[in-house]
Amino acid sequence: MLELCGIELRGPVLNGSGTYDAIAARRTFGDDLLERFPFDCFVSKTITLAPRQGNPPPRLWETPAGLINSIGLPNKGLAGFLDEDLPKLAELPVPLCVSVMGFDHEELKQLVSAVGERDEVSLIELNFSCPNVETGLIMGADPAETAAAVETLRPLTRKPLIVKLTPNATEPAAVGAAAEAAGADALSLINTLKGMAFHPRTGEPWLGGTTGGVSGPAVRAIALEQVSSVSRRVRIPVIGMGGIASGRDAADFLSAGATAIAVGTESFRDPAAGARIASELELVSRKEREFSSGGVR
Amino acid sequence: MTLAPFGRRLAPVVENRKVGAYSLLIAADPDGPADPRPGQFYMLAAEQGWGAGEGERPYLPRAFSFARAREGQLWFLLEDIGPGTHRLAQLEPGENLWLTGPLGIGFEPPTGRPILVGGGIGTAPLLCLQDQIGPEAPVLLGFRSAPHAEAASLFTGDPQVTTDDGSIGRQALVTELLREELDRRTADGGRPTIFSCGPPQMLEAVRAMCAEHDIPAQLALESGMACGFGACFGCVVPTKKGYIRLCVDGPVLPADQLDTALAPH
Repeated sequence: MLELCGIELRGPVLNGSGTYDAIAARRTFGDDLLERFPFDCFVSKTITLAPRQGNPPPRLWETPAGLINSIGLPNKGLAGFLDEDLPKLAELPVPLCVSVMGFDHEELKQLVSAVGERDEVSLIELNFSCPNVETGLIMGADPAETAAAVETLRPLTRKPLIVKLTPNATEPAAVGAAAEAAGADALSLINTLKGMAFHPRTGEPWLGGTTGGVSGPAVRAIALEQVSSVSRRVRIPVIGMGGIASGRDAADFLSAGATAIAVGTESFRDPAAGARIASELELVSRKEREFSSGGVR
Repeated sequence: MTLAPFGRRLAPVVENRKVGAYSLLIAADPDGPADPRPGQFYMLAAEQGWGAGEGERPYLPRAFSFARAREGQLWFLLEDIGPGTHRLAQLEPGENLWLTGPLGIGFEPPTGRPILVGGGIGTAPLLCLQDQIGPEAPVLLGFRSAPHAEAASLFTGDPQVTTDDGSIGRQALVTELLREELDRRTADGGRPTIFSCGPPQMLEAVRAMCAEHDIPAQLALESGMACGFGACFGCVVPTKKGYIRLCVDGPVLPADQLDTALAPH
């Protein structure tokens, strides 16, 4: 068992937002999914106030040990999410964290207030990886922007607020510290790193959205450094992610200072990866305990 | 549709042989469902040596419609065109596949008289469809050349074949055969249903022809996928209702849901 911001979790493995659609997975795998649910807390895909179609295809490009995605946050919007998706997500056997993104403070306030009212929701994650349409700055890349948004939202709900940090910032640790000072209950990182691919024949950008976000084992070493530097700057819990594909990887993120970890791209390769990584992590942890107590080599 | 067991599973390779220009990969799947719906697909990766190819790829599994499911074995038809298909084409008996599936929505059973129209590697899901509905339905297949057209030999009966270069069968596009078939059918008053899978330009020609004749068609489309079960939102195609994920809302779509079957790249 693990306590994260006052919420009891059966273990430390979450999913990265936007990397698992539990509703579509249940259509594919049936109730087998619920019986062997691979995460200890389910994080929703990011919802925005208005529905979004997302970026034009192509949306994917495979890299060495990774993936660039240019999905563009397609979602049903707040009302569609609350009406259609939330009742289904409430049937999952684990606590629910809802990820939200707003393009200005007013949108964010509406999202956090509405989601915060719902008993089905245990935690709220703030995805600040978009430009603030009022200032033009990427909210999560700037400590002052992040602090201002968290200060605005903090009084609107008693539910824990997790700030998702972007790695595309000059100093993610400074952004994390600003979020903590403004009242965030936890931090999660990393989001994807900005990336690009070119059509092998035409030389044009491959992705319909021109640029995308890199994920997978290709970004793991960068993620570990950022989790480590952020964890050293803050006292609130850190949820570490970025290319975790095994229990060994997960243990490294815990060593870097994370309280919990999230699995993202590896679930694309193996829908049950979260559960496998959790059991591998237990094995790694047990071996480390035995090693440190001098019992077994 | 047939549900998939949760998670990926290991499937021993039973056979991997050349069928002309293609590879026919057969794997044992004793733990999977015996009755996947034709048009459904599986995500495949080699257990070993996945990521050891050109450019340190492949990394993600690759999506393949199954070509045949019988006696606990799954057949996949593939063409070696990139690091993923290259590794799969190299697999030998004694090696294992990682396999997830069956996934997605396959062909609906025919309501009219079925006509099967396939192009190239897209003939794969029509093979199991023919297994299901029987050999009476006309099978029209188009290929680049004679080595590719060897895939026609997997079908029961005598499919009509066209090739781009005329090295076997008629030198024409397969849609020429479809037009003749439709003219004949329309003349004798029977209402056909078209089942089709192939490259985007072919599917688009089939879609347009069926729209023109007001004939229902089910098209099995293709799109690059990362996950195959709706997680990544990467495989969307434009439809009249907006973007849909081909992996969970397809890959088989009624043609009248599409303005075009052409892919963006």
